[in-house]
Amino acid sequence: MSAMKTSFTRLALAAGLGAAVAAGGVVAASAEEPKTGGVLRLVVAGKIPSYDGHRESTFAMIHPIRPFYSLLIRVNPDDPQSSDFICDLCEGDVPAPTNDGKTYTFKIRQGVEFHDGTPLTAHDIVATYNKIVFPEEGILSNRVSRFAMVDAISAPDDHTVQFDLKYASPGFIPMVATPFNFVYAKKDLEQADPDGKDPQYGMKWHQSNINGTGPFVFVEHQPGSHVLGKRYEKYHHEGKPYLDGFKAISAPKMSIRIQAIRGGRADIEFRGFPPKARDDLVKALGEDITVQESAWNCTFGYAGNQTKPLFQDKRVRQALTLALDRWGASRYLSKIAIVKTVGGLALPGHPVAADEETLKSYYGYWPDIEKSRAKARELLKEAGAEGASFKIWNRAVDQPYKAVGTWMIDQWRQIGLNVEQIVVPTGPWMAGLRDPEQEGADVNIWPSCQSVVNPIVDAGAWISKARAADNRGHYEDAQLDEWYDQMQREGDPAKQAELYRKFEKRVLHDEAHFGQILWWHKINPHRSYVKGWKIAPSHYLNQSLDQVWLDVSDEERKQRTMDELGG
Amino acid sequence: MATVSEGRLAVAMFEEPAAVKPWHEKLRDMARKQPVGVAGAIIVVLMILMAVFADVVTPFDPLQTSYEYMLAPPDGSFLFGTDMLGRDVYSRIVYGARTALFVGFTAAAVGGALGLVLGVSSAYFGGLFDLIFQRVMDVFMAFPLVIMALAVVSILGTGTENVILAIIVPFVPRCARVVRSSALQIREIPYIDAAKACGFGHTRIILRHMAPNVMAPFLIMVTAFVGQAILTEASLSYLGLGVQEPTPAWGLMLQGGAEEFAETAPWVAVFPGLAITLAVFGFNLFGDALRDVLDPRLRSSQ
Repeated sequence: MSAMKTSFTRLALAAGLGAAVAAGGVVAASAEEPKTGGVLRLVVAGKIPSYDGHRESTFAMIHPIRPFYSLLIRVNPDDPQSSDFICDLCEGDVPAPTNDGKTYTFKIRQGVEFHDGTPLTAHDIVATYNKIVFPEEGILSNRVSRFAMVDAISAPDDHTVQFDLKYASPGFIPMVATPFNFVYAKKDLEQADPDGKDPQYGMKWHQSNINGTGPFVFVEHQPGSHVLGKRYEKYHHEGKPYLDGFKAISAPKMSIRIQAIRGGRADIEFRGFPPKARDDLVKALGEDITVQESAWNCTFGYAGNQTKPLFQDKRVRQALTLALDRWGASRYLSKIAIVKTVGGLALPGHPVAADEETLKSYYGYWPDIEKSRAKARELLKEAGAEGASFKIWNRAVDQPYKAVGTWMIDQWRQIGLNVEQIVVPTGPWMAGLRDPEQEGADVNIWPSCQSVVNPIVDAGAWISKARAADNRGHYEDAQLDEWYDQMQREGDPAKQAELYRKFEKRVLHDEAHFGQILWWHKINPHRSYVKGWKIAPSHYLNQSLDQVWLDVSDEERKQRTMDELGG
Repeated sequence: MATVSEGRLAVAMFEEPAAVKPWHEKLRDMARKQPVGVAGAIIVVLMILMAVFADVVTPFDPLQTSYEYMLAPPDGSFLFGTDMLGRDVYSRIVYGARTALFVGFTAAAVGGALGLVLGVSSAYFGGLFDLIFQRVMDVFMAFPLVIMALAVVSILGTGTENVILAIIVPFVPRCARVVRSSALQIREIPYIDAAKACGFGHTRIILRHMAPNVMAPFLIMVTAFVGQAILTEASLSYLGLGVQEPTPAWGLMLQGGAEEFAETAPWVAVFPGLAITLAVFGFNLFGDALRDVLDPRLRSSQ
């Protein structure tokens, strides 16, 4: 398979992203011959909000549902740490742009069928991307703002798709490779409501129905229990998938997921375990467990809700960030939580990421924490906010939310602030983040997990609320908006990095809109017989499972297939 | 009611007054008669003292984290070791007693008082009011205590005040039911009719003439409630629906990190678990002894 190497592949990510490491043994370079058959059992923490990838943004949907779908292009599953993109439903190489970088033309693979037998054509791709990029009113498309560069999508013939951009953008191809961009059948999207009530019935059909071209066919979903899929015999990547099926088992509590792997009732968990769980599993299972680790394309931070008077004063926001001992946390908090790396807005190791010297010039990153806290107290005094009281709006998930939230409270206590924590389940938490008036949402915990490493586009999270629905500080900042737009259009990587630096400094230091704490660190211990899966810098990536196989005896693979799929 | 004959009264008047026993002898007598109850009382009193003087008897701020001492085992510096954020487990347990007692006493007192008034009123008025009221209580009592508390917290949200409210709601019908059964007997005693004949109002009869006469079962009930409230609070906090970090609370200490580190740092889970067990055990023993002392049927059988 050939791969297009975008400008992002020049990333010196190897150091920052980290190589996959193995505790039970080095991850095999996989010269082994894959074995066919068997059922993979994975454990998943969250509930599936809907099956519609265009609408959702959670691993709880991706892990059980992604194997039913294909993408137009995807991150190379053999090298997911890089940003090599390869064709999935397109043919040949990922196309280079023409028309001064403003036109991308994809040749669509022929002979592909949806699971219901419908042949795939370019019109299905166009209908899919029209839903993602130009959603009808009332249809939620989670990443619509990141496709701002797209002007039009068309199908000159049944096997060609053309994207016309408003301006050349290096962020376009990584956005197309986003694993949430499931390709749907046009006829499914256009179908009419049998009851004649909902004119958008087809656009909503995938929220509760599944029909893709992925390596596995949907068998059943028992909410609270599992999702089951079986091999799609007509899958377009020859010889794959290797598995007969997969079973995604719902296990909300981390201790249950760990014990499931330890006790041999599950083979793998794709989101990530804390270091302690890794150590326990390695100690208990030795060679039977393999650990893959990676940097994780997830920021973990917070934002003062700027609709509340206390946080309208930037000195208070600056004091909050100055109080946090990030360097100490990186050494110690990383022992108990899935966070590790000190960084700015871009994933450490990426060409636009701030180096250590630059970081140490920002508020909150000074190496001398006592000096930093003295400055914080001074700013609070100037702002008349000494001893101020407020609440943190946090999510009822241990890792890393509650662990880091509790640490933040202690850090802020040390500059005399009186902080409480409101911990609520995911649904109310998300609702509270969106609502600037939410009682108790004074400081919002603000994680931002992305899939493909694409910091120029992902900086859109920190622009004005009017343009970024996921802005958790509820602020407006025209300067940031302007720099962001310039970054998207800038073709020169050096100038782009320069703009990014100004943007980052304003977000983290000058205005302190956002307090980045630590980048997440991904640890995936799994049973050593699970082969073919390689860790990516995101828990959303490389989840089609078409590469995965089980290095167990023929009898055991057959038995698993019998047990889960009935033969 | 027993009456005293004039002759015996005269004898009693001229007898030497019985010597008043010093307090330690009284305590010794009580310990002899109710050894288990006294043990319970000692636990309860120690817990109260611990909560009141928490800042004196703890060496560390219960909220203070310390990178250097994360998951340190019990030793001379940290009596019960430290948790995953380097906080002193002993200090957090001592301060946790404040949370437990505050929630326990408040929930038991308020829930008990409401149950007392409602139970006595139901018995006093009887008829349709009693019938409807008791069916409503039946509905509430159909839900197990923790399930009802979970439902209330799900609606109101987390936090100490809401946890107290969540525990009060299921307590009220339980207390009202017990109090009502005693109050039904009181209602049939002629002095209630006499009070009515004197023209006393309902409120006065309920609060001054009936409620004081159901105090024995009420006090037993309330004492048991404190233990139950502590257990319920710990359960809710364990489930992440009670008080929130970093507040020191026993149930909360068993949650999250304790599950994760229970194998390699068992002190993180063992000591809060022991604290909960001991507190509930103490209140239950004390409640049982109180019942033995206050219940005339049990007293006469001894």
